[in-house]
Amino acid sequence: MGLFDKFKQGLAKTKQLLNTDIRDLFRAEGRLVDAGFLDELFEKLVRTDMGVDAAQEIVDDIGERFRARVVEMIEIVEEIKQKLKALLAQPAEPIHLAASGPTVIMVAGVNGCGKTTSIAKLANMFSDDGKKVVLGAADTFRAAAVEQLTIWAGRLGAEIVTGPQGSDPASVAHRAVARAVETAADLCIVDTAGRLQTQQNLMQQLTKIHRVLSKQIPESPHEVLLVLDATTGQNGISQAKHFTDAVRCTGLVLAKLDGTAKGGVVVAIRKQVGLPVKYIGVGEKAEDLALFEAEPFVEALFAEGS
Amino acid sequence: MFESLQENLSSALKALRGRGRLTESNMRDGLRLVQRALLEADVSLPVVKDFMTRLTEQAIGAAVLKALDPTKQLVYIVYQELVNLMGPVDHSLHLRGEVSVLMLCGLQGSGKTTTCGKLGHSLLQRGKKPMLVAADLQRPAAIQQLQVLGQQLGLPVYADLSAKDPVALCQAAVREAKASGTDIAILDTAGRLHIDTELMDQLSLIDRRIGPDQVYLVVDAMTGQDAVNSAKAFNEALELDGVIMTKLDGDARGGAALSVKAVTGVPIKFIGTGEHLDALEEFHPDRMAGRILGMGDVLTLVEQAQQKFDREEMEKQEARLRKGEFTLDDFKKTLGQAKKLGPLNKIMGMIPGMGALSDMMGDVDADSEMRHLVGVIDSMTPEERRNPSKVIDQSRRRRIAAGAGVEPHQVNELVKQFDVMADMMKRMSGLGMRDKMRAVQELTQSGALSPGGKLMRQKVGTGKRLTPQERARQKKLREREQRRKKRDQRRNGR
Repeated sequence: MGLFDKFKQGLAKTKQLLNTDIRDLFRAEGRLVDAGFLDELFEKLVRTDMGVDAAQEIVDDIGERFRARVVEMIEIVEEIKQKLKALLAQPAEPIHLAASGPTVIMVAGVNGCGKTTSIAKLANMFSDDGKKVVLGAADTFRAAAVEQLTIWAGRLGAEIVTGPQGSDPASVAHRAVARAVETAADLCIVDTAGRLQTQQNLMQQLTKIHRVLSKQIPESPHEVLLVLDATTGQNGISQAKHFTDAVRCTGLVLAKLDGTAKGGVVVAIRKQVGLPVKYIGVGEKAEDLALFEAEPFVEALFAEGS
Repeated sequence: MFESLQENLSSALKALRGRGRLTESNMRDGLRLVQRALLEADVSLPVVKDFMTRLTEQAIGAAVLKALDPTKQLVYIVYQELVNLMGPVDHSLHLRGEVSVLMLCGLQGSGKTTTCGKLGHSLLQRGKKPMLVAADLQRPAAIQQLQVLGQQLGLPVYADLSAKDPVALCQAAVREAKASGTDIAILDTAGRLHIDTELMDQLSLIDRRIGPDQVYLVVDAMTGQDAVNSAKAFNEALELDGVIMTKLDGDARGGAALSVKAVTGVPIKFIGTGEHLDALEEFHPDRMAGRILGMGDVLTLVEQAQQKFDREEMEKQEARLRKGEFTLDDFKKTLGQAKKLGPLNKIMGMIPGMGALSDMMGDVDADSEMRHLVGVIDSMTPEERRNPSKVIDQSRRRRIAAGAGVEPHQVNELVKQFDVMADMMKRMSGLGMRDKMRAVQELTQSGALSPGGKLMRQKVGTGKRLTPQERARQKKLREREQRRKKRDQRRNGR
């Protein structure tokens, strides 16, 4: 190291000292907010799956406001938590119910994200509220998907409308809603086949189902829930974007949150696509569905050791 | 597949490229970009850190900075490190003489049952006699799902709807496999969370009792940071022999492949690339690394092409080409053959230099355009197909368009495109596969062939209509200009 470099380094320290906030002068403990501190913070955030952009944004903000001050990491994290909680806060009324007639809920998502199980859980929750539910098994593509939902319907005592494998899912959805109207049911939940958001023909099919339903009852589907696997990483953003483009999703069901995955990608989704999380899935049983609450979710995002 | 990782890395490296000589400090900037790209691709943080340490050591080294083209050198190091991280690979299933047992396990919804069917299909193609075992007693209708798959593939499925204990079921299945003379039993176990100790114990019990020859973890390519946790837990409970990565046909960045390989140390054997039962490919780290870096994956494409293109049909067509007899009928057959390879976008992503093209096509649904083309050809008489540009006049064009349900100008577009294509085919007919690829690439770059783009270009109005007087005036101006040019040329010629 040359003399000049040493000199520069020395000056840098002085500069830091000069920039030290008066509030921090009398602090015995805490850490200087420097590059190392910000890197550590960045890692904490990235681990939650919230994504590089969201994490960088937060880190930049903290860097700008606290650079060269002495702080406790815990305080900073606390502040970030508060912001995230505000961002993710649940709308007061998770499901927008129809003024009259059945409320139609359409459920979509990629393959294996937990759509059918989530539907069973939703149906169970509504039945417990004393509502009458009709299920529409419009996943006519995957082998035995109809059977899977039928078994759930049997367990929950809900009525189910099915079609043969390979038939038009929109027609099954249509018949399910017709049935719900006929039997004066309170809700009709329509299952759809899992599809990757990049499969255009299948996404068009989904749009068709949506269109058919909205022709049948003008305001329906009243809710379009996108089921998201909590283990999903940054691909979740692409899922949210494409599904919202195809069927105007109204919210997310974050499934499989009972594992070690934190599901932080919903932060990025909320920021970029605006979709709120409405429910979370926390197990394999019918009652393992809970209303999403920002408070414990954000706490869990930063919990260590899990 | 891996596109986004590819894109990010390419742009990271592009940013470095323009800078001429690299210094240590801008090399560090470049490395930061690489790190960011990996994180965006869902590679788990510990794995990224590890990767970056090794990369930095090599990249900051004097050899790189002094290299003639440091950026290329860096690209090479990143590529090499990616290959090292994802390899070595071993596609062998280590089958034994008598009954081999393969066990699939993984989280819920990772794609075990579908993969089970795909594996069965690929073994069947290799002349084996596999049996699928429905050991998922947890999820409703999982057994039925496997039974339906077995039916579609013509494979025996061992299932017991009344069974309660998967361990006993697997034991019975293996006995049955031995008795019935199958070579391989593939166990489709229930999805479970890696922190569910009860179910994980059950899985290791099956492992101990049955002693499967190979245990594979099925991992969803969309998995994020959590991939390391679950893979580690499964590996500890079971001693995995390999990993199968699913759902790589979407736009998942697939960083989980790096993470899982890094924590478990077991090779990635196969990748699932579609919903259809033959969409299972062998995993090649070098190709994947090349793909990630945007170098294209020619080898995979060639291999696929060789498997799926009908060799005889191709030779026949080549012979005809040489004689200059390429007709619209042949064109249609070629389209059909190309379709067998899979969705058009997917194929193009694999050809070097065409990745950007498939992005460009973006919203153009190439497959449905292709159906239009086939429709148009189907509406022609044999004579018209043989010699479209000579025979088809306005009235025929109108008839064909009506028959195919398209606009007359679209028929024209097809004929024009066919001419270009036929010409290209004639030129390529003598070349080998590699040269053909190059020829296609050259053509794309020259813009002669732009699938989707030119396939069915919509006519767009220019927004202004000229009066006859204006047209006449413009013509006059044009002619005057031309005369002037000619005159200049004559003068310069002297």
